[in-house]
Amino acid sequence: MDLAVLERLNAERAARRATILVTELGSGRQRMVTPLDVAADPLADRLAEGFRTGRSALVEVGDDKVFLTVQVPSPRLVIAGAVHISQALVPMAKSAGFDVTIIDPRTAFATPERFPQVDLRAEWPDIVLPALALDPFTAVAALTHDPKIDDAVLVDALARDCFYVGALGSRRTHAARVERLVERGVTREKLARLHAPIGLDIGAVSPSEIAVSILAEVIGVLRRRPVATERTG
Amino acid sequence: MFAREEDVLEAAAGWRREGRGVVLATVVETWGSAPRPVGSHLAVDEAGNFLGSVSGGCVEGAVVAEAAEVIADGRPRLLEFGVADETAWQVGLSCGGRIRVYVEKVS
Repeated sequence: MDLAVLERLNAERAARRATILVTELGSGRQRMVTPLDVAADPLADRLAEGFRTGRSALVEVGDDKVFLTVQVPSPRLVIAGAVHISQALVPMAKSAGFDVTIIDPRTAFATPERFPQVDLRAEWPDIVLPALALDPFTAVAALTHDPKIDDAVLVDALARDCFYVGALGSRRTHAARVERLVERGVTREKLARLHAPIGLDIGAVSPSEIAVSILAEVIGVLRRRPVATERTG
Repeated sequence: MFAREEDVLEAAAGWRREGRGVVLATVVETWGSAPRPVGSHLAVDEAGNFLGSVSGGCVEGAVVAEAAEVIADGRPRLLEFGVADETAWQVGLSCGGRIRVYVEKVS
């Protein structure tokens, strides 16, 4: 392996971009493939599967063995709202392997005491979102109940094709939210991807139970999503 | 995609940039009960320092020993490890599985 290839692999990962390193085990020849290159590649089907599952794999091509070193960004959960549900959701999501970030401009809520050991951004979404660079490997949960905070996060999450976008609130609250988001230019097609009311319907009542239902829904979407949603990754 | 794997590849690149001879070992195939999944990495430098894991400790010694040869001749190798008594390596996997490890020089 050339050092240049290894460094590019590391750089792609640091930038949260999906990549597959294709190694012909017989000759040692290598090439790097991004999701944009998949369609034109002779191993298109296997590469697409690699990007979807995130799993490295050995492939037989004729008499040759080819190894696919699959690198997809680790899943990330961005939560709008330093609220009670978030306090339960953060440790669960972290133990399930998510990098977690919380956005809440209300500094009384967003305190390190309430949220130890998590990336906590006590600023307005408009300030924070450009730096966070939401991507197709990010899940977004809007939990504040406050349109001034939630709406901006939802608009950005849908525009950037986050793999999961969910929002807390009753069906009636959601109907009002849909109208506001449409006014902000979100298409009906994008809105169809919004999970609201958020979480699997398991009859959750307490904040911890609601956190379980949210995380379960996020994981379900992460593991079952179709390949097509990753083309922009 | 685990943080640990990322550290391994970062370390391999860092060691090479320092001018050290470096080998990267990758689990490419497993059968039965294998201790580390396909895609797991182990980086080894010319002094035998290593980071990462291809078997959780069972065959790392053998891979580190082979790494010196790979650094010397630059040719990649495909090594196979099974249970201890059935391999030519005199080391093996106590769990009874088999793994195939691709060992390549970072040049």
